Amino acid sequence: MDRRKSLKLIAAGALATPVVIAGCNTDDKKAESPQANDQTFNLDRNPDELKYEKEILAKEKFFTPEEMTTITVLADIIIPKDAVSGSASDAKVPAFIEFIVKDMPQHQVPMRGGLRWLDMHCLKKYEKAFKDCTPAQQIEMVDLIAYPERAKDKPELKPGVSFFSLMRNLTATGFYTSEEGVKDIGYAGNKPTQWNGVPAEVLKQYNVAYTEKEIKECISFTS
Amino acid sequence: MGDLQIKKQAKKYDAVIVGSGAGGGMAAYMLAKSGLKVCLLEAGYMYDPQKNVTQLKNPWDSPRRGASTKIRPFGDFDACYGGWSVEGEPFTKEAGTDWMWWRARMLGGRTNHWGRISLRFGPKDFKRKSIDGLGDDWPIGYEDVKPYYDRVDQLIGIFGTNEGLENDPDGFFLPPPKPRLHELFIKNAAGQAGVKVIPSRLSILTKSIENDAGRGACFFCGQCNRNCSVAKADFSSTNVLIYPALKTGNVDVVANAMVREVITNKEGLATGVSYISKDDMQEYQVEGRVVILAASACESARILLNSKSARHPNGLANSSNVVGKYLHDSTGAALGGILPQLFDRKRYNEDGVGGMHIYSPWWLDNKKLDFPRGYHIEYWGGMSQPSYGFSWGIENLNGKYLVKGQQKEGGGYGQSLKEDYRYFYGCGVGMAGRGEAIPLASNYCEIDPTTVDRFGIPVLKFNVKWSEHEIKQAKHMKETFKEVMHNMGAIITWGADDDEKNNWGLSKPGEIIHEAGTVRMGNDPKSSALNKWSQAHDCKNLFCVDGGQFVSQADKNITWTILALSMRASEYIIDEMKKQHI
Repeated sequence: MDRRKSLKLIAAGALATPVVIAGCNTDDKKAESPQANDQTFNLDRNPDELKYEKEILAKEKFFTPEEMTTITVLADIIIPKDAVSGSASDAKVPAFIEFIVKDMPQHQVPMRGGLRWLDMHCLKKYEKAFKDCTPAQQIEMVDLIAYPERAKDKPELKPGVSFFSLMRNLTATGFYTSEEGVKDIGYAGNKPTQWNGVPAEVLKQYNVAYTEKEIKECISFTS
Repeated sequence: MGDLQIKKQAKKYDAVIVGSGAGGGMAAYMLAKSGLKVCLLEAGYMYDPQKNVTQLKNPWDSPRRGASTKIRPFGDFDACYGGWSVEGEPFTKEAGTDWMWWRARMLGGRTNHWGRISLRFGPKDFKRKSIDGLGDDWPIGYEDVKPYYDRVDQLIGIFGTNEGLENDPDGFFLPPPKPRLHELFIKNAAGQAGVKVIPSRLSILTKSIENDAGRGACFFCGQCNRNCSVAKADFSSTNVLIYPALKTGNVDVVANAMVREVITNKEGLATGVSYISKDDMQEYQVEGRVVILAASACESARILLNSKSARHPNGLANSSNVVGKYLHDSTGAALGGILPQLFDRKRYNEDGVGGMHIYSPWWLDNKKLDFPRGYHIEYWGGMSQPSYGFSWGIENLNGKYLVKGQQKEGGGYGQSLKEDYRYFYGCGVGMAGRGEAIPLASNYCEIDPTTVDRFGIPVLKFNVKWSEHEIKQAKHMKETFKEVMHNMGAIITWGADDDEKNNWGLSKPGEIIHEAGTVRMGNDPKSSALNKWSQAHDCKNLFCVDGGQFVSQADKNITWTILALSMRASEYIIDEMKKQHI
């Protein structure tokens, strides 16, 4: 993947919106890699980013316990357990959301404000905060803000719609990048293989074929 | 601060090389293999792909699931440390102009994560002025560089096909991978639009080749931007050139060494460089019989402009006053969308190599167009590894298209939503143009007299604007892409609503990260900094082997030509040293 395109592909994966987006002296010692032998991370971290990562991890929790409860309820409404895979909270999506708002502070105000908007709306309607509403009330509330078209002519619901879209995006991203979610979506790569081209039955399904030139010139493997 | 003193390295080298990317890595490799003693200075961290690994990690191995950070702007698994802004190393811009300056700060530089798109220049690319009257011809032609392209092909390895194209010359190619499914659609759709599509040419080993770096063959994980730690099957300066060069015992690497200037003697010859070590913040000097700059086009120009002396009052190698001028980048424009025929597609591993399996070389005749020079097209799409941003904005999609025959409302939640994510996964497709800009003297970088970086080194000020030529090229790109997308029934979801107000979506100068032209070569010392051997006209033991030396950069990514020219300059240096000319 071209480095620049990997971003574009995230955007394409986003299906619409491109918004998502050791030193040594020569004297006597050999050059050494600054591989941080830090068990917290199993991928390369240079000294600058190790410092940054530790700063994030050292931060106090952003969300209050009440907010985390609400986030968990919402995340499991968005991604519940089904026949294929578990729920968002099974995949620890709430913890991912807690981390990501520290890493990406631009999400902090929309999340915190959105959660409070939700609670105030529920307080007026049900005289309770969202997390204390009955499951039926919670779904009734979510139905008001989960469908942007449905709320198109209801300006009073617009902040809730924006919040729910962000919550849905963060939940889906957190879930489908977890072990459980990657398995669910069926991504089959990230392992050594031999690329022999598109499987024959898929070529047939789409009524396409490799040319003789391609079959002759391209690498193929027999095993 | 205590005593400030300059520490001189006792060891004297045959060559001091500044920068360890494609140009510096190749020079270090060639000189070390010939037995010369080399000091390789790198401004960033030491890095060893065998130890500093992000390849084959899963999305959950990154706490931010692969999202970008300031340190890794191309994502948390990307192999390159650096970015559009580097802490403590500012640059400035003239009002009303733009330049995005990417700087890698690590051993091997940006070769650790680049797209491995390895395109030779063709005969026309060296002689553009003779063809369209714009810019300048190179002092050399394709026939001068061809033997080095041939050797780079064989030393480093590249896949592709010999197509007999006049300006996209044949080479020594390993077999390319077969196209992916969306690439088969693209091939047909582009063909209908008259756009030529051929197998791509990437420096990735689809078969193992004889080598001295312990390299194996590609195992198709699609992660070349993470650098191939496992098999060293793609080209990076670190895996393929620097670590093998280190094995000769002839190279000392000094990482975290930020070079201030090239030191010259009374005769005006280079004697070495001075640098500050980021490790101890002490000042050092290292001496060499030759100094080779390969710090990136702009950083090399900066070093030269900062190397003022009585003999070189306008900066080193700059009696012509061209250093910093003719700065140019590739043009770029892109769009993307979805392929409805890929909804609900069958799952299989289509990672392939790290990049496209097909591409489009420039296919038109400029005589029939309203802009000079061409562009090539890169393509992408398919079932990639989920990462941060996955299926962002589903509410714009799942109400627009039937999901398994069912009309839904956009947005939603629950089991129905999970079904939608599965349904739409892997339907993305997109394309981008990379074109040739006209190098102009009026596009330049210079030393900002008012600003220094955290080391006290005067910084660069940029003054670059696109001309009408590049803007018209971007317009043509977008029109072409729309036609290709239309022909395969794709729905464009971004990049289609451009107009003259945003230059038709033309990238910002510098954004494509192909900086070139600032230390250009030429036969006339009055209008060029280097001669045709990448050697300074004004200082015979000073060379520049990065993108700085380019007279123009074609519609070809410049790395393969940097490698060929660095190999060529290195052999010239070895030869001239033998003859005691330098």
